[in-house]
Amino acid sequence: MSVIGKDTTFLGYRRENGRVGVRNHVIVLPLDDLSNAAAEAVAHNIKGAMAIPHPYGRLQFGADLDLHFRTLIGTGCNPNVAAVVVIGIEDGWTQKVVDGIKATGKPVCGFGIELHGDHDTIMRASKAAREYVQWASEKQRERCAISELWVSTKCGESDTTSGCGANPSVGNAFDKLHPLGNYLCFGETTELTGGEHIVAARCANDAVRERFMFMFDRYQEVINRHKTSDLSDSQPTKGNIAGGLTTIEEKALGNIQKIGKKCTVDGVIDKAEMPTHPGLWFMDSSSAAAEMVTLCAASGYAVHFFPTGQGNVIGNPILPVIKICANPRTVRTMSEHVDVDVTGLLQREITLDQAGDRLLECMLRTANGRLTAAEALGHREFVLTRLYESA
Amino acid sequence: MIHFVLHDANDSVAVVVTEGVKAGMELSGWIMDDDRMTRVTARQDIPIGHKVALRDMAVGDTVLKYGIDIGKVVKPISAGEHAHVHNIKTKRW
Repeated sequence: MSVIGKDTTFLGYRRENGRVGVRNHVIVLPLDDLSNAAAEAVAHNIKGAMAIPHPYGRLQFGADLDLHFRTLIGTGCNPNVAAVVVIGIEDGWTQKVVDGIKATGKPVCGFGIELHGDHDTIMRASKAAREYVQWASEKQRERCAISELWVSTKCGESDTTSGCGANPSVGNAFDKLHPLGNYLCFGETTELTGGEHIVAARCANDAVRERFMFMFDRYQEVINRHKTSDLSDSQPTKGNIAGGLTTIEEKALGNIQKIGKKCTVDGVIDKAEMPTHPGLWFMDSSSAAAEMVTLCAASGYAVHFFPTGQGNVIGNPILPVIKICANPRTVRTMSEHVDVDVTGLLQREITLDQAGDRLLECMLRTANGRLTAAEALGHREFVLTRLYESA
Repeated sequence: MIHFVLHDANDSVAVVVTEGVKAGMELSGWIMDDDRMTRVTARQDIPIGHKVALRDMAVGDTVLKYGIDIGKVVKPISAGEHAHVHNIKTKRW
């Protein structure tokens, strides 16, 4: 008997479009690097509003610009967000982000800085943020079916214990969520290198398989075009190697443990796209932790499973990141970062089923409102993926 | 006490899961897929998370973990030795 079944519920915030969130953030979202100062000033003025600064948004073009908009709009649309204030240097692109978020029905408004200056913009945006924060503070959690919880995963600072312990625990949890009709997501395209045939074999049908291999081959071309070595300092990372991982193939086979033993891969999305039906989705994405988790949030995921070996400390502004670890040295030296300790798995003290259940228990508590370690520690890494140089 | 774990009985390397593995120690290991135990004698100190070779391997041999190819041997490895970037390399990229 697992800790979850089809009748399991959690307490979430139901948004205007029917999606369910587990947090109730009011965010101040800069369109571009130039608007960070105003956004942070608004968040300083209005208690309970959170600025999400970032370094991009100017002179991007083509697919890279599309991804910028998709990520910002997706972040605003995420059901963990109650309302959004957008600030940009000018009105045109600011309004584009506002319109994208408005489609969800949630409160959103935008302010351009040009012709006003920072002072006037901060004043007007603070007034809007104050109204949103007070409005959002009256929102009540309600009982929601477990299938309404969207769960993503990505591992980081992995070592060999990730592949033996923490990642299979996520896989076990995914195997239990998948039959309930949850939206699930994994990605990290280059980090499947050496195990791509395993993912391809798990695809639900030929159309999904072809789309997956298209994404995989597309990313291999990026590596081949830009590499100056065999990437043995980048993928695996220095931290991976210090932790005992030797080759990309070994890292990939450990990574793939996160999709369990039974789940089929039911669909493929590009970066920050929104999945369209329940099941396990592969998202083409960077393997860099903050980039990938930011993309998961922009795709609409509400809770994230993050296995780590050597102790990646990542969080996200709007997506609660649950850390799970099977390395006893990391749990001993970095305990404040670890939400779920599955070190017992590698000493045969607990079974894989019990490890998966521990993670699911933590998932339900997190969904009901308990802060993750990363949230309590203030980790809010928000990192936009860039595809190429600005114009 | 489990000193190392491996996934597949055929794997040529296994993961050390405890701190303090020293040369000469008799190590007990768990084959996870079969849920049975095995042994090897450490010939070198091996840090937690790093791999111990389970059999002798020659240059060019394929290294197996999860029962699958994880790269090639680039320096001879004896059973019980530390298996890592100094004697194993990727076959990709």
